[in-house]
Amino acid sequence: MTEPLTRTRGESGRVTGSSRRTRRGWSSLLYLVPAFVFYGTFTIAPWVQSVWLSFWEWDGIGAATWAGFENYIKVATDERLVVALRNGLGFIVFYTVFPVILGLLVAAVIAARPRRGSGFVRTVLFLPQILPLVAVGVVWRYLYAADGPINQVLRAVGLGDVARAWLGDFTWAYPAVGVIGTWVTTGLCMMLLLAGIQKIDPSLYEAARLDRCGPVRQFWHVTVPGVRAEIVVAVTVTLISALASFDIVYVTTGGGPGYQTIVPGVLIYKLVFTSNEVGLACALATVLSAIILVFVAVIGRIGRRGA
Amino acid sequence: MRSAGSRILSAAFLLVAVLSVIVPFFALVSAALQPADTLAPTLTWPTDPQWSNFATAWSMAGFGSLLASSAIIALVVVPVSVVCATLAGYAMGTMRMPAKGFLFAFFLAGLTLPYEAIVIPLYFAMRSTGLIDTYWAVILPLAGAFMPFGIFWMRTHFESVPTELIEAAQLDGAGRFRTLVQILVPGAKPAIITYALLTFMWAWNQFLLALILIRDPSRRTAPSGLGTFVQQYGENIPLLAAGTIIVIAPIVILYFIFQRKFVAGLVQGALK
Repeated sequence: MTEPLTRTRGESGRVTGSSRRTRRGWSSLLYLVPAFVFYGTFTIAPWVQSVWLSFWEWDGIGAATWAGFENYIKVATDERLVVALRNGLGFIVFYTVFPVILGLLVAAVIAARPRRGSGFVRTVLFLPQILPLVAVGVVWRYLYAADGPINQVLRAVGLGDVARAWLGDFTWAYPAVGVIGTWVTTGLCMMLLLAGIQKIDPSLYEAARLDRCGPVRQFWHVTVPGVRAEIVVAVTVTLISALASFDIVYVTTGGGPGYQTIVPGVLIYKLVFTSNEVGLACALATVLSAIILVFVAVIGRIGRRGA
Repeated sequence: MRSAGSRILSAAFLLVAVLSVIVPFFALVSAALQPADTLAPTLTWPTDPQWSNFATAWSMAGFGSLLASSAIIALVVVPVSVVCATLAGYAMGTMRMPAKGFLFAFFLAGLTLPYEAIVIPLYFAMRSTGLIDTYWAVILPLAGAFMPFGIFWMRTHFESVPTELIEAAQLDGAGRFRTLVQILVPGAKPAIITYALLTFMWAWNQFLLALILIRDPSRRTAPSGLGTFVQQYGENIPLLAAGTIIVIAPIVILYFIFQRKFVAGLVQGALK
């Protein structure tokens, strides 16, 4: 905190305007100190340490040996890790693509005309967003169970052949877990896109109507371009939760059957606490955060180009 | 004719959307009220609702102490986050400072960091400092992890405060800290309350950190206790459903009281 106070002191010895500003510039950093201490110590430092650990082979107890890029080679070649990353990326379809499409449709329908109860619709659709994901997982575990409500309904309507233990099924477990993600994130997408639609200038719709555009063409030519910025945001937010998903998979399937629903988060947990491969887990975590960062940067760039 | 058709169609569409959210909740509540030995509860309202399932789940899983852990963690994290984010957001939103752009980007980067990427070193650090299994093991990392959003949120608020207001306060002889506490904080109340509610919800719902940094099941938070409960009583659906309702109740009640603030916070926070 050394400042060039003397250089800018006025004749009377009072601090002049410009030096006051310089002084204020440095002292304003003091206001950041508490936030910096928590964030630096408990978020950034562990992250850096995780990157560092990813270059070691370590079981979490004994001595670590330098591994160079060995762990990263495993991330790219070891079946478990490749599958986990692929599953995480695949969840983007369920956490991002479906919710944005569904959210846009619901938002467009709500915004199309004022109607009683649309406040209620919004409140209810947003509800999954505020629940602990563990609880969501527990609820869906029950819904998907062999004798659970979904199968009961299927049997009741004569589709008993389709009924199965969804989360234990090698083919269906992955989409079944994905649907839970769609259920959770659609409400947020709907709210984001509704906020966007409500900002669209109504005269654009009038102009479209004068050009004899029906509701569908109005949707494509006015609504969708009008909410471009909000779509970018919805995609960014949901994409991070797709790639970083943990709670739902951990509770519903634990990654199984086999490795059908394993995602990076659950595999990292297993690598550390079941097979004591700490370095490898850190390499996977590093790759995961790099993928998220690249995706967010690319989406941000696409969004800016469109604006 | 056509407009009546589309009106019915769109109303039906909204109805399906609402049902897809409500039916799982209905299934959860009806399952929680079935006799505790029901293996496969049906999707009907029980003829003889077993309210005692809640008491059984409460005592079997020790939800009393789990909820208390969650509450203690949230009630420490929230004020710490609010104070730190308000100070930093005030500085970032109203003051000149060196390397401001870099500092802001540094904090903002935290919005993309997954918990998976920090939790392993945290586990070993907490273990070696003896903080593992204490509430601090979760409180401290959460306070750090909430900082990016908090600074972003409070900075946006303070940027919207008219400069004249700050200048007038300082002409009256108030220092910068007094300007914040006496002039700006009262006006920032809505922004602060929204941020406090969001951090409460995120702290309450946090699973991964609580699962890894508190290994002792009896000291865990409500959601991670629920995770353990699933593994122990996964087959006992009525008890599990009752336990789930106990864990989500506080946050659902808060949501219905402060609904607008939750929605505005999450939506505006994302959009800004």
